[in-house]
Amino acid sequence: MSKQINVALIGNPNTGKTSVFNALTGLNQKVGNYPGITVEKKEGICRLPRGVKAHIIDLPGTYSLNASSLDENVVIELLLNKNDKDFPDVAVVVSDVENLKRNLLLFTQIKDLEIPCILAINMADRMRYKGITLDIPHLEEQLNTKIALVSTRKNYGIDELKDLITNYKELSTAPCMNASAIDQDYFDSLQRAFPNQSLYKLWLVITQDVNFGKTDRNEIEAVADFKTKSKADLKRLQQKETIKRYQFINDTLKQGQTIDLTTAKDLRIKLDLILTHKVWGYVIFFLILLLIFQAIYDWSSIPMDFIDSTFASLSEWTKNALPEGTFTNLLSEGIIPGLGGIVIFIPQIAFLFLFISVLEESGYMSRVVFLMDRGMRRFGLSGKSVVPLISGTACAIPAIMATRNIENWKERLITILVTPFTTCSARLPVYLIIISLVIPDKRFFGLGYQAMTLMLLYLIGFGAALGSAMILNKILKIKSKTFFVVEMPNYKLPLLKNVVLTVIEKTKAFVFGAGKIILAISIILWFLASYGPGDEFNNAEDIVTTEFTDQKLSIEEFHEHVASQKLEHSFLGITGRAIEPAIRPLGYDWKIGIALVSSFAAREVFVGTLATIYSVGSDDEETIKNRMAGEVNPILGGPLFTFASGISLLLFYAFAMQCMSTLAIVQRETNSWKWPILQLVIMSAFAYIIALIAFQVLK
Amino acid sequence: MQATVAHLKKGQRGIITDVSSIYIPLKLLEMGCLPGNFVELVQVAYFSDPMYLNINGTHLAIRKETALHILIDIL
Repeated sequence: MSKQINVALIGNPNTGKTSVFNALTGLNQKVGNYPGITVEKKEGICRLPRGVKAHIIDLPGTYSLNASSLDENVVIELLLNKNDKDFPDVAVVVSDVENLKRNLLLFTQIKDLEIPCILAINMADRMRYKGITLDIPHLEEQLNTKIALVSTRKNYGIDELKDLITNYKELSTAPCMNASAIDQDYFDSLQRAFPNQSLYKLWLVITQDVNFGKTDRNEIEAVADFKTKSKADLKRLQQKETIKRYQFINDTLKQGQTIDLTTAKDLRIKLDLILTHKVWGYVIFFLILLLIFQAIYDWSSIPMDFIDSTFASLSEWTKNALPEGTFTNLLSEGIIPGLGGIVIFIPQIAFLFLFISVLEESGYMSRVVFLMDRGMRRFGLSGKSVVPLISGTACAIPAIMATRNIENWKERLITILVTPFTTCSARLPVYLIIISLVIPDKRFFGLGYQAMTLMLLYLIGFGAALGSAMILNKILKIKSKTFFVVEMPNYKLPLLKNVVLTVIEKTKAFVFGAGKIILAISIILWFLASYGPGDEFNNAEDIVTTEFTDQKLSIEEFHEHVASQKLEHSFLGITGRAIEPAIRPLGYDWKIGIALVSSFAAREVFVGTLATIYSVGSDDEETIKNRMAGEVNPILGGPLFTFASGISLLLFYAFAMQCMSTLAIVQRETNSWKWPILQLVIMSAFAYIIALIAFQVLK
Repeated sequence: MQATVAHLKKGQRGIITDVSSIYIPLKLLEMGCLPGNFVELVQVAYFSDPMYLNINGTHLAIRKETALHILIDIL
């Protein structure tokens, strides 16, 4: 078997690069991280003709090799380091037929690195619609490459692309233009000093601040000393270089591309006059948000109820079918309810990612950035903070990673610090179960009270994020240069395949990432709840018998009393009762206390914990919700989950920083422990105070 | 007074005459904001900030503070 061909997919953002990646690899892909940094690394395997395989890397989108963000650094670091195991044998530059001119800038830069290069012109199906004709032979000759016209939407050109990859050895590695003409003397002396290096590579090393491969380092550090020019001079040269490249591209396209503007249609402008309008733009954005929340709530309740009751009966069935013993109890009271607590999130997480990926794929998200920039700046944020804040409704971790394209450090830091206030999917199950207990299931003009409460909680989350951003903007004294450029891509109908893959990938990441923690904690909790020190736990039967000697207890009642006696004096019960004084003013009992403590690791543990606690010792087949509804407040009497304690709990979860993974990511992205620790302390203290006020006012 | 992109009215076009490299990020130049190229103001947000432009066929939004440093001849 021959060696795998290493292929790197490179291209501007919004060129459909990921669609090409999906078309080449299908489901043979995995998503990981580049070592040491949190940039997402997508790679996959593509089967080529004659049994050859290609290892394909989908590099982050970039407009050029002059990096201005971490994501873009990844691209140059790989392309400059011949010793990297992923160093491409061939680069596929993905471009969009409508923006060929701009896309070719990156292409000419990669050609200058003398890497074999294929130009994949994507969205070729839109050529006629846009009145574009291309002279492919002319372009191939001028650009010194092979071109594949691809349409992932209409599904053609992928086989041609695969053929070109298979025969990559026939591709020319010569540059297609001479960029060093911008300052011939300077580049000549540079080449004389380092005769064995590619000139463009030297130039990139001089102008960029990136990490290079270890082996090249010595040589390259010597180059870094070759800064005979000032920063301003270098920048002027980069500008000249860009102009030079565009001159070459314009000359090439003059003959290679004709655009008949009479047949071209531009839906984008017409749509944008409404969608980015001063009034209608905001109205439409608000309506879209409303639709999303109504849909998530109504659509996912059906599968969720089904999952909830299925796990309840499964647990019951296990208990009856297996011989009695510790293992059966662990299975039916620890593991199965724990698994149920994970699976039950799947419908909502899937729906949320469905909407987010549709909004991003369609190009609408950029319009949101445009609409919101002015308003967000008042809070010390950027229009680009909207994407992290909205993604934060799925999970704060990818959201904090998504702040990387905010160029201004102060705006970025503030976005990172306030994002955990947005309502992430882990809060959702907590909200849902409490809302269903304390908010009446009634409707007002077709809108459910419960759905509206949920939307209100999301708005509170955003409000807290914005409010704290404003305060941080006043307090933080960081000077940083600001600039803001956001592309408004053409509107596209989202590709079903891309949307489905995103939903599957994110849901999987949740189930296997967060799921592991939830399951582990559920099992630990079961042990803590099933064992305890001292006589009060071990002689529970005797104690109950003595206590109720006067009354005639049925067997069932007797078992229930024994179970609650045991739980109260188990390790878990002791912990819960120890913190009860602190949380009683908020309207919670020691059982909720246990759930609160365990959910400091991860919020989503809350429901699973309650499921475990309430199922311990309970013989009836019941759903978590019914059990919670039946809980009695130990002091005040009446149901434990009242309107007041419910709202208090909702608000606590809205503000508290209860996610170890988020703290870890904040530490990594800000490269300091100061910020995550401040986040943890301030957010949790704030949550406690607000929940206290809410309960005391409402009770 | 020399006109800049910030002076454009909605729907108006201009030709870029000069960009000050001190204030303009390289990224914007690479997206086509270079002397000789046309620029059209497509849409403005409140207080004309940010500005949604069509520069040489690329649709993008920049803030007014950046737009002030792109010199143009209004058509």
